[in-house]
Amino acid sequence: MDKTPEQINQDLLRPIYHASWRFYASVAVLAALVLAAFYAWGYQMYHGLGVSGLNRPVYWGFYITNFVFWIGISHAGTLISAILRVSNATWRRPVTRCAEAITVFSLSIAAMFPLIHLGRPWLFFWLIPYPSERGIWPQFRSPLLWDFFAINTYLTGSVIFLLLPSFPDFALIRDRSNGWRKKIYSIVSLGWRGEPKQWHRLEMAMRIMAVAIIPVAVSVHTIVSWDFAMAPVPGWHSTIFGPYFVAGAIFSGIAALIIAMALLRKLLHLEEYLKPLHFENLGKLLLVMSLLWFYFVFAERLTTWYGNFPSEMSVFWSTQLGRFSPLFWTMVFCNFIIPAPILAIKSLRSKIGWTVVAAVPIVIGMWLERFLIIVPALSHKYLPYAYGTYRPTWVEITITIGTFAGMGLLYLIFSRVFPIISIWELKLGMQRKAEAAPELASQEAATEQP
Amino acid sequence: MKAIYGLYPDPDSAQRALNVLERAQSELGFRKEDIAVLSGEPYEEYGFGQRDKVTRMPWLAALGGLIGGLSGWWFVSFTQKSYPMISGGMHLVTKWPDGIITYELTMLGAILTTLVTLLITARIPDWRGRKLYDPAISNGRILIGVINPPEMAREELEKRLRTAGAETVKESVS
Repeated sequence: MDKTPEQINQDLLRPIYHASWRFYASVAVLAALVLAAFYAWGYQMYHGLGVSGLNRPVYWGFYITNFVFWIGISHAGTLISAILRVSNATWRRPVTRCAEAITVFSLSIAAMFPLIHLGRPWLFFWLIPYPSERGIWPQFRSPLLWDFFAINTYLTGSVIFLLLPSFPDFALIRDRSNGWRKKIYSIVSLGWRGEPKQWHRLEMAMRIMAVAIIPVAVSVHTIVSWDFAMAPVPGWHSTIFGPYFVAGAIFSGIAALIIAMALLRKLLHLEEYLKPLHFENLGKLLLVMSLLWFYFVFAERLTTWYGNFPSEMSVFWSTQLGRFSPLFWTMVFCNFIIPAPILAIKSLRSKIGWTVVAAVPIVIGMWLERFLIIVPALSHKYLPYAYGTYRPTWVEITITIGTFAGMGLLYLIFSRVFPIISIWELKLGMQRKAEAAPELASQEAATEQP
Repeated sequence: MKAIYGLYPDPDSAQRALNVLERAQSELGFRKEDIAVLSGEPYEEYGFGQRDKVTRMPWLAALGGLIGGLSGWWFVSFTQKSYPMISGGMHLVTKWPDGIITYELTMLGAILTTLVTLLITARIPDWRGRKLYDPAISNGRILIGVINPPEMAREELEKRLRTAGAETVKESVS
């Protein structure tokens, strides 16, 4: 990419200064869906949880499915940004901020679902450990409380991880703005000046954060999996859940990132920055995760089938051949049968359109996977007389749709406030490439000599 | 605060300017600490990008993690003993679940310590805007200059900054 720093500034700051009618129309549509979701939640708070499909024995349904799903999506940022920073993969530079934003927003959405799921959400503060006169204390032996600490730690870390590399770009916007924009960006840039000391400290902080956030991300989804695995419910009480959930999270996260990048590339005209190479590399990661996902599902299913415990087999057959089988086989199609061949063929994987065609069913499939982990097991516990069914109502469906709209809305607003690609990191990558070019050329010349 | 500085189009000319200033310190009567370097991206391969590099941030982050972990363990075990409710047949203070909370607070401690160390050592936020700055840095220029130079050295400084390859040489008063 032969662009001057000024051209890069102009290209990547354009969405902040200019917005077309399409932007406002999209915001309006998404905001309407979000408002509908809030209305549905308010309706539920007023009339009680009975307006949802939750009932004995299926006490967890769409809300917890969404909770686990969005936590999974949040692993996009951690994988792409943190792991690729640590491994110094140079192709990551245009992708990191998109990924970090997905993490922050999806975590925020996920964190709402335990509140939505509460019959009396105004009592959520009972989860917070502070001295009170109720004579009880949050139960530290409960996985739900581990969730509280894990998600808050991950959210704090992810917000910091998103903000740290943004300060120099805020300073850039500050220097090119007037009026209210200059005031706001002067504040959020924290007076960034670009001294060598500031750069060193920033890069060191980013390195530490990249190393620290990876185990936190692994622990978050492992702890979320333990919401299920710690319970003696048929189909849940399995040691594989921790790594299974983490692998699934990374899988869905990469797919969501590919979709987000493709949309941004199209809508913000970032063709020269988000290139087929980025999608191809993410496609390779997605292929690996698809194979890993299949391995985990196969291992878990085989173990269950081989053990042949009656209580577990009723759950097993309900998903393989019974009531939930259409959803199960749709999930397998979406997560493996469709994407794996597409991503395995290089001529397809190197085309952005095909990578997106592989990614979209994965997001659907992974949502179905969360649903299929939760509802069939609760529908078929130990005693047949207690078997039950679950059917979501308009309240749950509206809230679910609203969260997807909310994610889109947050992302749209983000793209107007933050440069969606980290400008200084992109320029740094170009600088290092330019410095390495003479060295590479002389190495190539040396190898070509007889 | 007064300053004289040059804006350089590339890191090679900026490095030349820094070398010139460092050689001229004692002659023109300013200290090394008075030399200002600002850039719109880090230049770690150049000498001017290596200034003030030493930091204890990783050690401080580790210390923050240790404090977070110890605080987490104390918090969990203290509160479990204060509200002694046995559940699930487990001990009152249970190592495995408490270890999870301790681990999360260890990581939180490390993360927050990193952030605080960055803010303090990078001296941000600095909203007063009294320090030397030029918006041309955002367009890829590198600022090399001297803060509060002696009055009699100003002309010579300006000349040497230009000779080193400055696109413009400016004076700043704030």
